[in-house]
Amino acid sequence: MEQTVIILYQVLYSFSFLVLICLGLAVIFGMMQVINLAQGEFIMLGAYVCNVAVKDGVSLWLSFLIAAVAVGLFGILVERVLIRFLYGRIIDTLLATWGLSIFLVGGTTIVMGPTTNSIPAPFGTMYIGAYGIPAYSLVLIALAFVLLIGTYALMRYTRAGLIARGTMQNPVMAAAFGIPPQTVYMLTFGFGSALTGLAGAIIAPLSGVSPTMGIFFIAKAFVTVIAGGPMVLLGTISASALFGSISGVVDYLTSSVLGEICVLLVAIVLLRLLPSGITGKFRRGI
Amino acid sequence: MAEIRGSRGGLPERRWWLAVAVVLIAALALPNLVGEYPLLQLSVVAILSLVSMSEGFLWGFVGILSFGQTAFFGLGGYTYTVAALNFDQTTLPLLAAIVLPALLALVIGYFMIYGRIGDLYLSVITLVVTLILEKAMRATSGSQYVIGSVRLNGQNGIPTVPSLAIPWSHGQTLDLTGVFYLSVVCLAIVYVALRLLLQSRTGRVFVAIRENDQRAQLLGYDSRVYKLLAFVIAGAVAGFAGALYGVWGNFVSPDMFSLSQSAQILIWVIVGGRTTLVGPIVGCALIEYLTTALGTAAVGQVTVIMGLILMFAVVFFRRGVIPSLGDGARLLWRHIQSRGARGANVSQ
Repeated sequence: MEQTVIILYQVLYSFSFLVLICLGLAVIFGMMQVINLAQGEFIMLGAYVCNVAVKDGVSLWLSFLIAAVAVGLFGILVERVLIRFLYGRIIDTLLATWGLSIFLVGGTTIVMGPTTNSIPAPFGTMYIGAYGIPAYSLVLIALAFVLLIGTYALMRYTRAGLIARGTMQNPVMAAAFGIPPQTVYMLTFGFGSALTGLAGAIIAPLSGVSPTMGIFFIAKAFVTVIAGGPMVLLGTISASALFGSISGVVDYLTSSVLGEICVLLVAIVLLRLLPSGITGKFRRGI
Repeated sequence: MAEIRGSRGGLPERRWWLAVAVVLIAALALPNLVGEYPLLQLSVVAILSLVSMSEGFLWGFVGILSFGQTAFFGLGGYTYTVAALNFDQTTLPLLAAIVLPALLALVIGYFMIYGRIGDLYLSVITLVVTLILEKAMRATSGSQYVIGSVRLNGQNGIPTVPSLAIPWSHGQTLDLTGVFYLSVVCLAIVYVALRLLLQSRTGRVFVAIRENDQRAQLLGYDSRVYKLLAFVIAGAVAGFAGALYGVWGNFVSPDMFSLSQSAQILIWVIVGGRTTLVGPIVGCALIEYLTTALGTAAVGQVTVIMGLILMFAVVFFRRGVIPSLGDGARLLWRHIQSRGARGANVSQ
């Protein structure tokens, strides 16, 4: 019984973790066909903002919000300065954002120093039988679900979501209706970045904060979004569920390195079998 | 595009052979002119240029952008090391360091190219394979991770890579100058071989595939076979370079696989341009020089500058920094000339 609960917890935790680190990337990639290789560094920035805010005595929850806003604004800046020159050149975007990622790692190291900081996780430890887990991880799981449902609702049921989806489908038509596509692109990128920054802040208490932390997430985030395929949210959910289960179970049985390697191997095989991702064959959805 | 790059048939001109010979002889005379430290630097530039060229060949002439040349580079290094330490000789391990990465390239390449996945996915998968290898290597610090008699040491790498033994004289190993000669000669051989390949019939099919994959297929070429071939060749070259790198520094570590190393390779190729095979070599030399010059004055400084170079180069120089600058200079020259000519007309 305990074992089952623990494995279930592991799977749920891996799933939520993946959802958090992917959601921003998925929104940007799915909506704009822009791959942001600096995703890991956006997570890192969110974590740093949160870290600084907490050190200055701001409450953890407010720090989350500050991180989201700060990284969102930074994302808008990046879109204006870099990304907007590269629309339609998907490989070039990949390279340029890789440059951005290297730049951000170096810059953060210069400004904040190469050391690892930590934010104390609230709520202490919880016990399932003999196993101790950080109680904060349950908060993380809850927040991941809230963000997922919130983003879905925003895209599906609000006017802003409709405008964004419409513009991505047919920018010329949107422009004819008086909606400036450039602004929509900018705001969508900003929204994706804000989600990523928020994710960085949320995972910071569990992962620690260091300039190179982004590297640990980028591979997972990347394969999850790519394997998810063209439907942003459905793809992220299904790929996160698949990879989360694999990584949760393998982590439990052996080591977390092996879990990650398994995920990456499955992703490669999956892309061979379904070259356009899990949702590639779906007719509709977001 | 005015002319299709690298598609001229037949053998290279005599002038080209002459140029290669002159440069090679000049390079081989260097150990008499410079001290040990510059020689060490030049050797590593020659070795890394091999990787750079393999990427330039793949990306510039076949149109495959691999983010994972470091996977083969690192695998080559580790293959050489493990085999040389186990079998107590170095010639066959050097060959193994070509064969094993080539096999890896064959397997991954088969998955990707025969899966007909898009460019983006190909780049992502090569990236992921590199990350897997890096993660796996970093996780081998325990004493249970042993191949033959060699401990893999995880994060710390293997600091006891044997120097290359000279096969025809017993017990002697290549010294610093020897490694320099070896790497320069290897670079020259690979360069000439790739150049000849590109001018052969196969090479022209490579370029045709880069220009228009579908049209090449409609003309009856199975583009998958050609792409796979190119991918395997590039993997073999990168693997060989990895072995030489191990010989050069007597050290291999998981850093050889790292993402920053992969980014470096792309920066070399982007700076040097991928329209020629020489471009990536020049890019590699330039950037390595820059990195050394910047040194480690402040932590992170070099990476900041590399990141900036990559971003600017991608946005502003689509064909590569040096080719674009060359184009600019040529335009300017023509402009000046035509103005001069007009001025002459007026004065008449």
